[in-house]
Amino acid sequence: MSLYRDEAVVVRTMRLGEADRIVTLVTPEHGRVRAVAKGVRRTKSRIGARLEPLSHVALLAWHGRELDVVTQVEAVDTFRSIREDLPLLAQALTMLEVADQVAVERHPMPAVFALLVRALRTLERTSSPAVLGAFCWKLLVAEGVGPIVDRCARCDLGNDLVAFDAGEGGFLCRSCRRGQGVSPDALALVRRVLGGDLAGVLAEAPVGPVDESERLALGAVERHLDRRLRTARQAHELATPLPPR
Amino acid sequence: MDELGRLPGIGPKSAQRIAFHLLKVAKEDALRLARTIVEVKERTVLCSTCFNIGIGERCAICGDDRRDRTVVCVVEDPRDIVAVERTREFRGRYHVLGGALNPIEGVGPEQLRIRELLGRIDTDGIAEVILCTNPNLEGDTTAMYLARLLRPLGVRVTRIASGLPVGGDLEYADELTLGRALEGRREVDA
Repeated sequence: MSLYRDEAVVVRTMRLGEADRIVTLVTPEHGRVRAVAKGVRRTKSRIGARLEPLSHVALLAWHGRELDVVTQVEAVDTFRSIREDLPLLAQALTMLEVADQVAVERHPMPAVFALLVRALRTLERTSSPAVLGAFCWKLLVAEGVGPIVDRCARCDLGNDLVAFDAGEGGFLCRSCRRGQGVSPDALALVRRVLGGDLAGVLAEAPVGPVDESERLALGAVERHLDRRLRTARQAHELATPLPPR
Repeated sequence: MDELGRLPGIGPKSAQRIAFHLLKVAKEDALRLARTIVEVKERTVLCSTCFNIGIGERCAICGDDRRDRTVVCVVEDPRDIVAVERTREFRGRYHVLGGALNPIEGVGPEQLRIRELLGRIDTDGIAEVILCTNPNLEGDTTAMYLARLLRPLGVRVTRIASGLPVGGDLEYADELTLGRALEGRREVDA
């Protein structure tokens, strides 16, 4: 076993035994890490609060055969205002699940880590509903499967883009249309997100196009991962509690 | 030994020690333990009102008329009731949710006994709901969600305080806990 240092964002936790937890971390140098945090469920634990999902931490851990063991943790950022706001938390939890699924165990992922931390900081700073969609689009680009937005992804010609199909790799023109129909406003929003005007999008965050762009982005991420995202639906439910039946 | 080894926290060595201990103790002591286990499994059920563990349709707490029925403490698990009862500070009743919201693990509002809680507000004349879920992300999320549901019903919604454990050193407190302790400070009555 060897000792290592890294930064991490805690993406999920699971109870283990009487007082321990298994924490899943996304780190820049070691990719996805699963580690045991001993005694963290006890109220007097010194590191328990720092190892809650969403926390950005600097840690010291032992390499283990299957699970690593966390020995020291320092909080870099706890994103408290996100934790205390259900709609922001709903966006953040979905980002954590996406990062958890994209990250590969023991494989450096500095770009994914940096993107996740930047997205969480942006969410905390701006409280914009457009952060989750933008995070997903940018993550797809980082993964090398960013959508084609400037011409038809199928015929490479048409620029009257009216539909989106993740399988085709992007937006499609009227004659090639398949997949989901897309409004001009949503297409413009995705172009702005990927074209360097994220700040403008976050500030304006027009409701309809933001929702549409987020739906398309989550669909594209699910296709890339080849699995459904659990949090996407659950988190949406959390953010908008329904009256009892 | 195999059966004992299935119990939580009991490894093969402990299972062997307990098994030999049971062989050694008086027959009556071993049979009393066996009878107690059978009785627990046959007689205990979930209370139809609060979902605590009890004997009969209503648990001992719901059946106790001396307890304040207008104040309800919402907990995740029946074990939390035992912890709150140990304080001897609470004389109201309880509601067990059966877990906490955890979207990452697929636990949503439908998986918890939230509708049952809402149903009790009118029928039991509840005036205050104390959200006593764990002070972690899942527990806090559940508390926020319930607060959003309950406030429009005209109920007072409170959350247990969060802060430093008695007997602990400030020096070792983490920033999240200490931040909450500072936020929840109160005036000293001298």
